[in-house]
This record gives sequence, structure tokens and C-alpha cells, in this order.
Amino acid sequence: MTTLNINGRSMAVDDAADDTPLLWVLRDHLGMTGTKFGCGMALCGACTVHLDGQPVRACQTPMSAAAGKKLTTIEGVGATPTGRAVQKAWTEVGVPQCGYCQAGQIMSACALLKAHPKPSDKQIEEAMSGNLCRCGTYTRIRTAIKQAAGMKATGEAA
Amino acid sequence: MNARFTPTRRDFLRATLPAGLVLYVGLPGPAQADEPKKYGGDGMPHGLQESPKTFLAIAEDGTVTIIAHRSEMGQGVRTNLPRVVADELEADWARVKVVQAIGNEEKYGNQDTDGSRSTRHWFEPMRRCGASARAMLEQAAAQRWGVPVGEVQAINHEVVHKASGRKLGYGALAMAAAALDVPPRETLKLKTPAQFRYIGKRDPRLVDIEAIVTGHSHYGIDTRLPGMVYAVIARPPVLGGKLRGFDGAAAEKVPGVIKVFELPGTPPPSEFQPIGGVVVVAKDTWAAIQGRNALKLDWDVGPHGSYDSAAYRKELEQAVSQPGGKEIRSEGDAYAALKGAARTIKADYYVPTLAHATMEAPAATAQIKDGRCEVWAPSQSPQAARDRIAKRLNLQPDQVTVNVTLLGGGFGRKSKADFVVEAALVSQAMDGKPVKLTWTREDDLHHDYFHAPCAQHLEAGLDAQGKVTAWLHRSAEPTFFSIFMPDPKQLSGIELGLGLVNLPLAVPNIRIENPAAEAHSRLGWLRSVNNIQHAFAAQSFVAEIAAARKQDHRQVLLELIGPDRRIDPDKINDVFNHGESPERYPIDTGRLRRLVERVTKEAGWGRKMAHGHGLGLAVHYSFVSYIAAVVEVAVDAKGNLSIPRVDIAVDCGAMVNPDRVVSQMEGACLNGLSQALMSEITFKDGRVQQDNYHQYLIARMNEAPKKIVVHLTPSDYTLPLGGVGEPGVPVIAPALCNAIFAATGKRIRQLPIGEQLRA
Repeated sequence: MTTLNINGRSMAVDDAADDTPLLWVLRDHLGMTGTKFGCGMALCGACTVHLDGQPVRACQTPMSAAAGKKLTTIEGVGATPTGRAVQKAWTEVGVPQCGYCQAGQIMSACALLKAHPKPSDKQIEEAMSGNLCRCGTYTRIRTAIKQAAGMKATGEAA
Repeated sequence: MNARFTPTRRDFLRATLPAGLVLYVGLPGPAQADEPKKYGGDGMPHGLQESPKTFLAIAEDGTVTIIAHRSEMGQGVRTNLPRVVADELEADWARVKVVQAIGNEEKYGNQDTDGSRSTRHWFEPMRRCGASARAMLEQAAAQRWGVPVGEVQAINHEVVHKASGRKLGYGALAMAAAALDVPPRETLKLKTPAQFRYIGKRDPRLVDIEAIVTGHSHYGIDTRLPGMVYAVIARPPVLGGKLRGFDGAAAEKVPGVIKVFELPGTPPPSEFQPIGGVVVVAKDTWAAIQGRNALKLDWDVGPHGSYDSAAYRKELEQAVSQPGGKEIRSEGDAYAALKGAARTIKADYYVPTLAHATMEAPAATAQIKDGRCEVWAPSQSPQAARDRIAKRLNLQPDQVTVNVTLLGGGFGRKSKADFVVEAALVSQAMDGKPVKLTWTREDDLHHDYFHAPCAQHLEAGLDAQGKVTAWLHRSAEPTFFSIFMPDPKQLSGIELGLGLVNLPLAVPNIRIENPAAEAHSRLGWLRSVNNIQHAFAAQSFVAEIAAARKQDHRQVLLELIGPDRRIDPDKINDVFNHGESPERYPIDTGRLRRLVERVTKEAGWGRKMAHGHGLGLAVHYSFVSYIAAVVEVAVDAKGNLSIPRVDIAVDCGAMVNPDRVVSQMEGACLNGLSQALMSEITFKDGRVQQDNYHQYLIARMNEAPKKIVVHLTPSDYTLPLGGVGEPGVPVIAPALCNAIFAATGKRIRQLPIGEQLRA
């Protein structure tokens, strides 16, 4: 049995192999389906979660690597001021289309804003280019990140 | 029925369609001799419904529940159609709840969310639905108060009697209103546009927005049922391949694996039925994937086992290099005009096989209990899933329930029910146990319903003054009809009508040909479908003509569009016209012209560009909407490309939610850029060579335009609505390639661009 600290709560996983990726532990064993499966190879960022505040791809992180660390998922990130600001900006700007990749986008954006509260365009691109969006919401994501950071947005869609 | 019936060409085309296709691609059903042809939503299977008793419920506390019967995949339909109902109902949106319909077209009318049709077909019925309910509430209030109905008015969730100052909320009136008959259509008083509360108002908030940003929304892959097990399938790697044998012993030893078994498939043309394979069921998805990796599989690859997409491309190019393909449109004598031309221009274009690659790969959950099958699926066409499950499980359609979840992207992939049927069959094999079937990204890319590859050859004849006197266009591409019928070799009327036969051109001699082509992979429709390649070739070629004439591209484009006129699609052999009436939906070249003028003005066409920068233009009519784009590109000395800005001008008639029109154009822009820049599926030995997103590339944020500016044509509610989801895609690749030419002098004729600028 492994105990994980997820969104401030202690949760027990009793029947998953240690090398099971965190993604499937969250989704299949704990019923936390907000973290999404996109590629299984850390190529798309849909499964991004925070381990001790750092963004990681849950599809390539074995459960054992999360033991003893603080894990934050999309279901819990709204409890932080940054998380709530990002979710609010996402809502106001109308970022999501299908919305499937947006959990990962938001988790990456929150990590970015924690590291760089007033990110430059280049920092935004560097932090976000690992997250694919097939609907094409990138220009609104840029706008929303700046809005969440309290910066005047430039380059937004008219 | 003695009426004489002489089949026209259009009727013949309809009559020869396989029954399954009519359901999904949306041609109007075969017309009877003595009834008028049906168009638009009326012509779709199960047509339109509009009764508020079907789509609406009002609770005693005033909560209004509106049924969304179309599938949400990012286009906003689950928000927008209910807002149309709420507007005419004069309801307070804050007190509206949206509930997703199960697949049941007998009740809800057509539910196939394809072809940029949902808002186009359902705007008017949903308005009438809301207006009927409003009239019933008003009548109930008038009866309660004993006053003439003309003295009362529904305003913001209550009915008001102005003379006496009396008011009753919708909740208080609901029971009495529900007992009334739905008023006849001709008595309804629809709102004027000035009275709209929500229609035409820009609002980015989707009904699911809060759930999406907090991780609580329910996509197909998110369903969970008590006692559920998890499955993946190893499918035949080649079209028409069969399992010769397999060894599942090692797979069964993987911890967590519960069962390994063969799933019989349907041989091609397999339509929307599963292609079979070996199923691994486990206690979680990861164990199922590990089990599958341990399978020893022996495939009989069948007749397509030597399919090589590079060799096939040469076949297609060969086919378009000579006359002899099926003539699909001929005006004047293009061959004679080309012979007599002062100058001819020729160009060949190629667009590769493409995959949908929805961020949520196909996934579905099924269980069978008490002789009933229930599934949860991200389906664009729940009725299709229901009927196919019933067929495979030997159930009646009403013994199958298809619950529609949110779709993590659709783009046409999820109209095909194969993955939903798979889930039901796996549940059946597990004695009805709830099963979640997941496709991995590799499954998705290897077994897609692919966008067909296409080679095109164009020639233009110019007279001594440079005027275009002849236009020849040959396009060779396998048809997606190949999933419905054995070995068709020509494009269907539908595919021809996607930007090939129906190109509006002010040229006296036109010839369009479609040489035969054979399908070697499972094909389907991908957002904007054949328009992708047809617009890429035609809109690139116009720029090539302009360059040859050393004239401004915009000027030559406007010259080729010609004077403002309304073209009857029938007159240019477009028997499809997106299923719409040719009278109601002619091709209006004035609208094309105005968009070209608007987008070039907004983008600053003709302005002085920095070194390595260029502007490119394209315009295209599809899904009965009009779109023009200008792309600004910057290419450095090393061939690195960036896109400072894209301007897109849209004319789609009237809009329900302008913000979602804008977001669809932004999305279409990224979709088109991925196609232009990097996406390509190739085949070797019949197998797809791309496994995941490191090989099937789609645009990332660092490759996206810095700015996308969408210019909307103000809503004109006297015009019939055009499509929005798809028509934004086709202009992007040609506008980008035209911009690259303007910036560098290099002409791109094959997609994707890939490394071509570095050569």
C-alpha cells in the first residue's frame, strides 16, 4: 500500500504496482479524472500535475516517485491564489473550446506564474509549448496568463 | 401513386448512396416523385423537432431545464442552442440548466453533429421551441387572471399584466402551461433582433466552463462505474488485415490482467463497425496496456500489406498528369483554349494523409444488464452508435442507451461509432460487466479514419493581355465512400462539392476532372474535409497566376471571382451544396469579394514589409459560409518561420454567439497551420509510420501566430445561417504559402512545409 498526499489530503492506494504511472493511479484507482491522458509519453502535457510545486507529466511519473511529496492536481489547484486567478482568467477570456487539454494547460500556467509572477512572452512560450491543444486556444492562453498575472494583455485575439 | 418520375442526375446520385452514408454525411434523403425535395435540417434523417415538450422543462422553483441534443466538442453548441431557446423563452440564463440528450433521433430529430450544421439547421427550430413555450406561459397567466392573452407579456422569467401590475413567475405557471397544447407554428411571435437577450451577444462563458477549469467535466474517457474493468485492443495494423493467431500467455501473466481474447472484426468496407483484434481486460488501464505489450500476434496483412504512401503519391501524380479522368465540370472548351493561349501556367500540388489526433483519443464505457446495453461515449453521432451496437449485440435499438459525454475534440473522428461498439462487445464478452475501453495515442494514429491524400494538377491559359481564358483542374484522391462500399474509385458528389466542382470562377473555359484512385487505408472526414486540399491548390494557383503576370494577387483574385452574382450550384454541377436549397443558398460572389476587400484592408495589404516578411491571401466558400484570410509570415535566413499576425474575415450570415465564431476561427487557424507546417501520416508495408505526437506533429504555442484577429460580418438575420465549425480551415494553408512566396520567392506546392524552407 502506498500513501499519497494529494491536494492536502492523505490518500491510500492499495492495489497498484509501484511503477504504475501516477496518471493511472489518479484516474483509475482514485477516481480523480481531472488529470487527462493524451499521449502516455510526456509529449502533450495533458496530464500535468505539480509535485512539490514543480510541474511534472503524470503519465511518465511512477507512483513511487510521488510518495512523500505534495501532489497537486487540477481538482486542488484552485485552493491556491494563483490557481484561482488562473481559473478565473481562463473563464473570463473564454479560453477552452473542447476543454480536454485545459487541465494540463492550467497546471503549467500556474507553475509558470509561481516561478515568474510577471512572465515575458518568451517565458510564457517556454513554459507552455509542452502543452498541446488541438482546438487551437494558444492565443487566448497567452492572454489569460497575462490577465491572471495582472498584466495588460497584448497580442490577444480581437 | 401514378405520378411519372424521371430520375434526374441528383436523384440518381442519392438513389445509389449506401443507406449508412445518408445518415452521416447528411445528403437529403431520396425524394419521392410527388413530394418536394427536402433541404437543410428537414432533409436530414429524422429531420427537425421543435416541441418545447421535448426540449424544455420548467420546475416549480422556476428552474428551466433545456435539452442539448447535439454533441459538444469545442464548438460551443451545448451552450449556444440552449441560449437560443432561452432567449425566445425570455428566460433568465442564470436560472437555466442544460441537460444532454441521449441518442434518440425519433424524439429529438437529427443528432449527427457533423458538417457545420448544428446551429445552421437548428437556429430556427430552437427559436420556435422557446417562443412556443413563452406563448404557453403567457396563455396560462392570461387564463389564471381571466384577461385577454394580448394584455400579458413574458419578461425576464415572469409573465406580467401591465394594466393591473400583476406578475407570475415561470415556476408558478409551469404546471398550467404544460397542460396546454403547443401553439401552431404560424401563430408564433418570434422576437425581432432588437429584442434578443442572448442571440448575437458576445459571451465567452460556456455552460461547462467552471467544470472544465476545475477538472470536474465529464469526457468520454472519464466515465466510472462500480466494478468497472479496463480494456485496450490490439487491432490489425493494415487495412483489411486479419488475425491469424495469437499467444496471450505472457499477457495473462502481467499483474492486473483479467482476460485476453479475440474480438472478431468486420472486413472492409467496415463502415462504423470495429475491425477486430485481441482484447486485453485488466484492473486498470496501465495493466491492460502492459498486457497488450506482452501479446504475441500473428497478422495476415491482406491485400494492402504492401501499401507504400510514397509510391502511391507517384500514382496519384501520374493520374493527374494526363487527360482522361472523369469529367465533372466543363464550360466552354478548356483544352482548346489552353492550346490557343498566349501563355500557359501549370502547377502540381500535394496534400498528404492526415489524422484527426483529437486530444482525447477514442474511449467509451459500456455495461449490459437485464438485456439492456448502456454506453457512455464522446460521440458525434449517438444514434449511429446505438443502431450499430443493437445490430452487433442482436438487441432492439430501444434496448441500447447511448449517453453522450463531452468530447475531447471530435473533428469528424467521433462520428464513427467503431470504438463505442468495441466497448459494448467487450462488455458482452465480460458477461455484461462495466468496461472502459481506451484507445492509446498509438491506437488513434494507427487506426484513424484518415483524411485522404491528394494530388492535383492545375493549368491556366492566359491571353495576350494576361486575362485568364482557361482553367483546368485535375484532382486525384481516394474517396471516403470506400468505408461504405467495395472499391469505389471516384469522388462522391459530396466530396466534389467540397471546393472542387463548385469553385466560383469568372473564366470562360473551365474543365475539372477527377481521375480514379483507390483507397488503401480506412478513410473518413476530417474538419473541413476535401476543402483542405482543394482550397490549398486553387488559392495557391491564383497567386501563382498573379506572380506570373507580375500583378497584385488581390487584384487577380478579385478578377477571377468576377462580378457580383449569385451562382446556382446546380448550374456548376454541384449536386451537394451541403444539403441546402440552391435557391436559399446560392454561391454569392459579392460576399466573397467584400471579404477579400475587408480582410486585405484590415491586414494592411500593400504596406511596406520588413525584409523576410510577407503577406499572403486566400478566400474560400465552404459549408455555405464565406471566409478570407491574410497571413503575415517572417522567414529568417536559416528558413525559420514565424507568424506575427493572421487576419480572418468571416461572413456566416447570422451568428448566435459571436465569441464562439471567433474561437472557431482561431481554432481553424491553428488547425490549418498544423496541416501546412508539419502534420503528415505516411504508410510503409501497409502500416502507419507515426506512433505519437513526436512523429505526428501538431502546432505548439511557440509555433502559433502571435496574433489572430477575426473580423466578423455583422449578423444579418434575413440571411440563412452558414456553417462555422469547419469553413475557417481551408484558407489558412494557401494564405500561409502565399505569404511565404511573398517573403522569400519560394513556392510551396506540397504539404507539409516541413524542412522545405531550409533546403
